[in-house]
Amino acid sequence: MNDLPAAGAGAGRGLWSDARQRLQADRVALGAAGLVVLIGLAALLGPALSPYAYDSLDWGHLAVAPQLAASHWLGTDRLGRDLFVRSLHGLRISLLISLLASAVSVVIGVTWGSVAGYAGGRTDEWMMRFVDVLYSLPYLFIVIILTTLFERGSLAVLFVAIGAVGWLTMARIVRAQTLSLKRREFIEAARALGVGTPAIIARHILPNLVGTVAVYATLTIPQMIIFESFLSFLGLGVQEPLASLGSLINDGAQEMQSAPWMLLVPASLLVTLLICCNLLGDGLRDALDPRDR
Amino acid sequence: MLSYAARRIAGILVTLFIIVTASFFVVRLAPGGPFDQEQALPAGIRANLDRLYGLDRPVGAQYLRYLRGLAHGDLGPSFKQRDYSVRQLIGQGLPLSVTLGLAAVVLAVLVGIPLGVAAARWRNTALDYGVTGFAVLGIALPSFVTGPLFALVFGLYLRWLPVAGWEAGAPRYLILPVLTLALPVVAYVARLTRASLLEVLRANYVRTARARGLGELRVLWRHALRPALLPVVSYLGPATAFVVTGSLVIETVFGLPGTGRYLVQGAIDRDYTLVMGMVTVYGALLLILNLVADLIYGWLDPRVRHE
Repeated sequence: MNDLPAAGAGAGRGLWSDARQRLQADRVALGAAGLVVLIGLAALLGPALSPYAYDSLDWGHLAVAPQLAASHWLGTDRLGRDLFVRSLHGLRISLLISLLASAVSVVIGVTWGSVAGYAGGRTDEWMMRFVDVLYSLPYLFIVIILTTLFERGSLAVLFVAIGAVGWLTMARIVRAQTLSLKRREFIEAARALGVGTPAIIARHILPNLVGTVAVYATLTIPQMIIFESFLSFLGLGVQEPLASLGSLINDGAQEMQSAPWMLLVPASLLVTLLICCNLLGDGLRDALDPRDR
Repeated sequence: MLSYAARRIAGILVTLFIIVTASFFVVRLAPGGPFDQEQALPAGIRANLDRLYGLDRPVGAQYLRYLRGLAHGDLGPSFKQRDYSVRQLIGQGLPLSVTLGLAAVVLAVLVGIPLGVAAARWRNTALDYGVTGFAVLGIALPSFVTGPLFALVFGLYLRWLPVAGWEAGAPRYLILPVLTLALPVVAYVARLTRASLLEVLRANYVRTARARGLGELRVLWRHALRPALLPVVSYLGPATAFVVTGSLVIETVFGLPGTGRYLVQGAIDRDYTLVMGMVTVYGALLLILNLVADLIYGWLDPRVRHE
């Protein structure tokens, strides 16, 4: 799939340049994209700008309220840990896990959907029946069962668990697209030339799915952010002294009465991030798939 | 219709069986058991406990025993809540969880539909933008964020409502949880109603009705609304599922004694039977609710008849 953008550019007014033009006209989506980039950079670089570490305790400043002039300008928690650093560090973990989980779900979903769609018949039926059964179970239950499977607190396991159940919608969308693609002439031509099935899927089916997959993947990321934060909120995800936005919100909710900033700082960060991701995803969908509107 | 329902019920039983089997083996595969503690139990006591709960027998035999119990409505003893059966635990919490969920769905219909209709009727006005913006927010924000924020504003600052907790028979403890739970559903119903009503209002027969000189209110109420609400009805199935599982989260946020805490606590404690029981009961509940939603849809829309 690496040669795709190049192929698009070579075609002149291909899918990608069209999409870019439409996206550039969409000010809401551009603004949201800018904010997402900013938030990403803050997560990446922010903690390094502060003299404090995410787990360093400051016994002189326990549960201090935010003060712009003070050294802890967003305040501290009950153990004197700097909330600015902790929130950005938590944001970094939330983003990392949700990006990896999205990647896992894209890989599984695209593979599963394209194989089922292209194979058709019995294989397709069984593969999609499996998806239906998983679909009928609430997402939450599958993830909770999966988290009982693993040691708690290991991040790798957390994203595998989330990603492994996040692929279902992707598989359905990809299968539907593959079904309509495989009857097209160029696939028939490839088959007539003697190209093998794996090669047809990899070289001819998958590249044509990129637009759809890209749109759905950007809408998956905020869902994964919610899911990771939610598991951490319940205490099933990231464990102390590490934090993610979810566990910070949970801590904040406990201390709401005496230290409301502990809730407000991570909550507003998460809210901003989620709204921007959704607006960006909607914008991308409009840009890449104008038929939808 | 009857044979359709019968076939669907058979399908539900098969799905439920698969769910029970899969979750049974996945949960048993998990490393660590319900009796693992910081300080290891003496071997004799451990062996006694394992024998009492049937954990010393092969997994296959445990599975058969579980199935036999299930057929009699017995979900087994809880491993961690001593002296309680899983059925008792879930039976205690379920009424509150279901009340919460139902109230949220009713609220979503009563508020979401009028909002959507108003937004479509006065399209591109401040009202429309307000409703659309509210819908974006309501759909994007998870309830574990809105819940604590509501509690902070209405409970701590304004002091209108209790922050959290529960007293039997005091409905004011339910107001914030229901609002939090209903918010995303209200938002989605409003957006759905608006979009589908706008589509219907462009239809030829609506133009005809207007051409015949009918008032705007009558066109909206008598001709446009009914077909426009069909997508909303078909969304109610997934919405109910969302609300039923969502109530588990809300209960954790607001400290309500529903079934929600059992799922989470069960997962943390590795209380096999409790997690299994929750998955089975909720799985069955969701499958049945989906069937009911499909049947109602077929009854409302004469074009969809279940053969």
